[in-house]
Amino acid sequence: MTVSTELELQSFVLLRLGERRFAVSANQIAELVAPSRVFRFPHRTPKLEGVILRRGRIVPVCDVSEMLLGKRLTSRRFYLIAVRKYGAQREWVAVPVTGECELIKAEMMAAVESDAPHVAGWLSHDGDVIEVLNLDAITPGPEQLLAEAAARQRPEARP
Amino acid sequence: MRLATPAKASPAKTEQLILFRVSGQLFAISSSSVQEVRSADSMSGGATEISAPGLRKVRHVLRRGDRSLFIVNGAMHFGLHAAEGAQLFVLRKTRTALLIDGIEKMTTMTQLQALPLSFCHEERQWYRGLTALDQTVVPVVHPEGFLSPEELALLDAALLQADKTESENLERTSAEQ
Repeated sequence: MTVSTELELQSFVLLRLGERRFAVSANQIAELVAPSRVFRFPHRTPKLEGVILRRGRIVPVCDVSEMLLGKRLTSRRFYLIAVRKYGAQREWVAVPVTGECELIKAEMMAAVESDAPHVAGWLSHDGDVIEVLNLDAITPGPEQLLAEAAARQRPEARP
Repeated sequence: MRLATPAKASPAKTEQLILFRVSGQLFAISSSSVQEVRSADSMSGGATEISAPGLRKVRHVLRRGDRSLFIVNGAMHFGLHAAEGAQLFVLRKTRTALLIDGIEKMTTMTQLQALPLSFCHEERQWYRGLTALDQTVVPVVHPEGFLSPEELALLDAALLQADKTESENLERTSAEQ
């Protein structure tokens, strides 16, 4: 292996949601924890189930299965605690996953314009082509609220 | 040799909270934000009906001199199952009286964590933040978050209209007599 190819390899965490596998850049993952009690309270943000307590921190739980698979998965094996960027701020977000996670090194192909916003790139592993997730696009945040507001203001397309 | 004076550990900043339930759900509010706690029954005589378009959570208003307090149904505000509400919190420095199921207990909070930024809808106006109490997480409500300036304007307009109708009715009655 040459030095140049070594430099292109990055670490990813492979996660399982139902029958599908996805990848997240390893530097965006804080830890993998067993499911714990979810505390629920009224709110209006879609995809957020509630919060968990982890090492004294209150961490929101964000179910991304519906967005990625088109159906909601109720079973969960772990919470993948990811670091979500909000401008200069970083916060933990717990993403429920349904199977084992795996740390791999792979080369990522960057996403192209035609890819969905939640795709940060693609990688090949064990004969599968796997989507690398853009966590900022699949977990809610103020920027999504702005996008929703802009979409509401946009005039509707007419035939 | 002189030893450096050990730094005094600053006492943790605490805040007195009232834990209360709305439609079975637990919430907290700073006790300093609550001016009065009344039974809902005790208010029934003094409250008049009000109806502002698109604002179902406020059905009654309490007149106190030249001040009007709008009674907000907590269950409707939070989108919970409708509950009658047995007690009222008159909230300090607001025009809100909050209808709740009842008070759970009083407690002390040592740490308020900001609402995670993932929560990005109306709840950011509803809550000051979250606190962990006895291995549970409780949202701490914002006393000014129950009625927005726009909602207050709507209610004031409805109140004005109700007053106008009432005075017209009075005039008509006295003219008939």
